[in-house]
Amino acid sequence: MSIGSVPSKFRISVDHDQCMLCQRCIENCPYGVFRMENDRIHVNSRQCVACHRCISMCPRDAIDIEERPVDYRSHPVWTPEVREAIYNQARTGRIILAGMGNAVDYPIIFDRLLLDACQVTNPSIDPLREPMELRTYLGKKPSKIEYTKNNGDICLKTVLVPNLQLETPIMIGHMSYGAISLNAQHSLARAVKATGTFMGTGEGGLHESLYPYQSHIIVQVASGRFGVDINYLERGAAIEIKIGQGAKPGIGGHLPGGKVCADVSCTRMIPLGSDAISPAPHHDIYSIEDLKQLVKSLKEATQWKKPVFVKIAAVHNSAAIAAGIARSSADAVVIDGFRGGTGAAPKVFRDHVGIPIEAAIASVDAKLRSQGIRNEVSLIASGGIRESADVAKVIALGADAVYIGTAALVAMGCRVCGTCYRGLCPWGIATQRPDLVSRLNPEVAGKNVENLINAWTLELSELMGAAGINSIESLRGNRDRLRGYLLDEAILKVLDVKPVGA
Amino acid sequence: MKTVTIDAENLHYTPLNQKIRTAVKEGADEIIIEHVMGQRFIADGLRGDVKITIHGVPGGDLGMFMSGPTCIVFGNCDHAPGNTMDSGNIIIHGSAGDAVAHSMRGGKIFVRDDIGYRGGIHMKQYMEKRPVLVVGGISRAFLGEYMAGGFILVLGRNSPRPISERGVGSGIHGGKIVIRGDVDDHYLGVGARKIPINEDDKGEIIPLIHEYASYFGIDPDPLIADSYVKIVPSSSRPFAAKYTWE
Repeated sequence: MSIGSVPSKFRISVDHDQCMLCQRCIENCPYGVFRMENDRIHVNSRQCVACHRCISMCPRDAIDIEERPVDYRSHPVWTPEVREAIYNQARTGRIILAGMGNAVDYPIIFDRLLLDACQVTNPSIDPLREPMELRTYLGKKPSKIEYTKNNGDICLKTVLVPNLQLETPIMIGHMSYGAISLNAQHSLARAVKATGTFMGTGEGGLHESLYPYQSHIIVQVASGRFGVDINYLERGAAIEIKIGQGAKPGIGGHLPGGKVCADVSCTRMIPLGSDAISPAPHHDIYSIEDLKQLVKSLKEATQWKKPVFVKIAAVHNSAAIAAGIARSSADAVVIDGFRGGTGAAPKVFRDHVGIPIEAAIASVDAKLRSQGIRNEVSLIASGGIRESADVAKVIALGADAVYIGTAALVAMGCRVCGTCYRGLCPWGIATQRPDLVSRLNPEVAGKNVENLINAWTLELSELMGAAGINSIESLRGNRDRLRGYLLDEAILKVLDVKPVGA
Repeated sequence: MKTVTIDAENLHYTPLNQKIRTAVKEGADEIIIEHVMGQRFIADGLRGDVKITIHGVPGGDLGMFMSGPTCIVFGNCDHAPGNTMDSGNIIIHGSAGDAVAHSMRGGKIFVRDDIGYRGGIHMKQYMEKRPVLVVGGISRAFLGEYMAGGFILVLGRNSPRPISERGVGSGIHGGKIVIRGDVDDHYLGVGARKIPINEDDKGEIIPLIHEYASYFGIDPDPLIADSYVKIVPSSSRPFAAKYTWE
């Protein structure tokens, strides 16, 4: 009792004049906040995670949530979060696990970068009347093309390697079945098929009901090798080796046995209820030279028909690491920034390890160009892409395409409550409980995600048109279209971006 | 019975595998590969019910993602034979390098002599798929690390202590490792527990010893008569006690 209980994170209040006792809040809250007693809704605020399910379902707007209703003595250093982490660890002596992405208030570089637009000297382009080329090809590009001419016909002599064709440079990142529900994966699959782009499986295998979407699915091979066999590799449009993840660089993953239900067990090919442990490194590759062996083993297994991507977390030496990956026969490098989301990660990693995607992409792109190997790999940026402006900015910093994760989940209803690890997601996204999963209708949620991708794509083409650019390739690495606003000189140098006014 | 012979001298692994695939497609029951010298990825992702006899030393990842074939190697193997293998057999008349049977999901591997570090790391099982690794000689450190399922048998034919290095079964959370003779407790990894074998284990190892003996032409009886210990997980959730929720 020396520590006692800490204040409730949220306080729920019910306006009993408004409440019509429909009990939708009780039905919808899997955390057990609401109950009916004596013809009145009663609450247990301590159970609340602010998922907003009750708010969205209440027909009378009778519910209110207040964050941190009890103040600690304010202090700029000893914040409530810091104090509560100490109470937790003083009790348990354990590593703190937390959900979603980085929760520390670091400055966001995207918000200090401004995009350009044309005025008089070169005309802006109206996407309504001019074609806008957003189609993106991911994979190796030859450094030169050899061809023969035959009576005016040109015949290509250079053998091209397989690329992925995206109708928009926005893809959906790897969120595994297990971390998210099958209905959530179905929603994403419908959206990527409708928009001509791709999604990732994560390290959870490929459920057979997703086979109809396999030509839009990138299959992941991570250190646990869950769900990986030759059929899985052949089904994917591309294969992605996951080395690291922005939310937890340098460490592996543990899917608790409790989340391994019958279907998850089947897709991952592990026994029911068994922990799924992904070791920190891949234990068959211990060096950048060995990586080449893994990349080539996957290509050889699939007879060189599939592009192979390598995903790393954005860390201090990303540029040098990516240059090594570019020489490994990989076709694309995915850089996952320190704001990348996750179902669960040690808080200390989530909040303190890795670097922002903006700086990582810029430095990787610069390094690859300086070594003359930028054509060897495509660059995919992920981790903290929140809106179309972020897409435009990160492409101008050198990315070919982006992966979105959290944004796609938000499009399906996720409120970023960060409680994914409880497995009780009331939106049917990060849960395997059948009654909760059934709340997510793949047709509707798929349409929502499709709308989001379409809306961002429209905005991206408007931004490009305004800048007088009619092809995404002319935006790629085009740092002249960016200016830094209140960024320091050192960061501007890393980004290779001029300050505003210059 | 259709046999195809391939000469691998000066042949890169991709054309070699193409020849193997073509032979399988054309109905070969047996493929004999001569003059193998370090070619990686032999039978990588290969399906089918074919016997592949390899003369020489294959390079890394022999039989990776393989589903069905049997590879018999007359020579040593490099790194990770049977890596993420799905089903089939690999029989090695010699020793093998590190990470033998890495993440293997099904089938059997028999190594006549010794294996390197991290043998059987992260082997896993599901339903009827239960991978088996039998090592005739000794194993280096980190045997059966992160093991999630399957069965490793180390016979240590020329040693009373087949393993005298650390990290045996560290992070093991499924499956079992049976070792002839004994293993000193201080070589066990975190989460591994040593217990005596029971009748069920005995019933399982006897046919494997017979199978091993039949491949390599030795007398199984002294091995069968000897004593064994078993390494199993102390918990199916070895890391659970490390974490608390926010």
